[in-house]
Amino acid sequence: MIGATELPGWAAITTALLVLVGAGLTLTGSLGLLRLQRFYERVHAPTLGATLGTGSILIASMVCFTVLQTRPVLHEILIAVFMTITTPITLMLLVRAALFRDRHEAARRESMAGASSGERPDTDRPAS
Amino acid sequence: MSATWLTWSLTLAQIMLALAMACAVFRLLRGPRAQDRVLGLDALYVNAMLLLLTFGIRSGSTLYFEAALVIALLGFVGTVALVKFLLRGEVIE
Repeated sequence: MIGATELPGWAAITTALLVLVGAGLTLTGSLGLLRLQRFYERVHAPTLGATLGTGSILIASMVCFTVLQTRPVLHEILIAVFMTITTPITLMLLVRAALFRDRHEAARRESMAGASSGERPDTDRPAS
Repeated sequence: MSATWLTWSLTLAQIMLALAMACAVFRLLRGPRAQDRVLGLDALYVNAMLLLLTFGIRSGSTLYFEAALVIALLGFVGTVALVKFLLRGEVIE
């Protein structure tokens, strides 16, 4: 705790509020990840922390280091840009994988049920 | 006065982020299916990156920022590799 205690009042209050808001939003998103029932509902929850939580904590870090070093410190924008690009890609790929797995399992279960009850699909019957 | 406010709110934010990481670890360990575990891992690395950023604000050093950047880069690669594994059964074909 060398740096953060040397901040002037307004910067300290701004940083504290932004960090608290970001951490609260991230905790809300992770609680949603814990509490929601289905996978397709759970996918939505952590994006709260990945977008708004990350954004406000990054802005807090930018304010803190800009005031501490008395020059504009903007390299946190790198993380912001990177998270903005990668989060939708990751979650869309994940949901596509989950959909693929669900459909694959449903098709397999259907074919197993059809085989056990002796019913064949229509394509196997001879045309009459 | 405002410095103590900042210290206490940073402590509170770190506790909240640690709880969020605990939720993600719970989903990672108990997830009913593989995609739930991958989602828990994704949330876990985002929360760890935010925790490192709050450590950086608290100590006033920019080393933590670089660690957070590396976590953001490599976590994305890891999640995409796991999703590829879920889709195809192999990572590198």
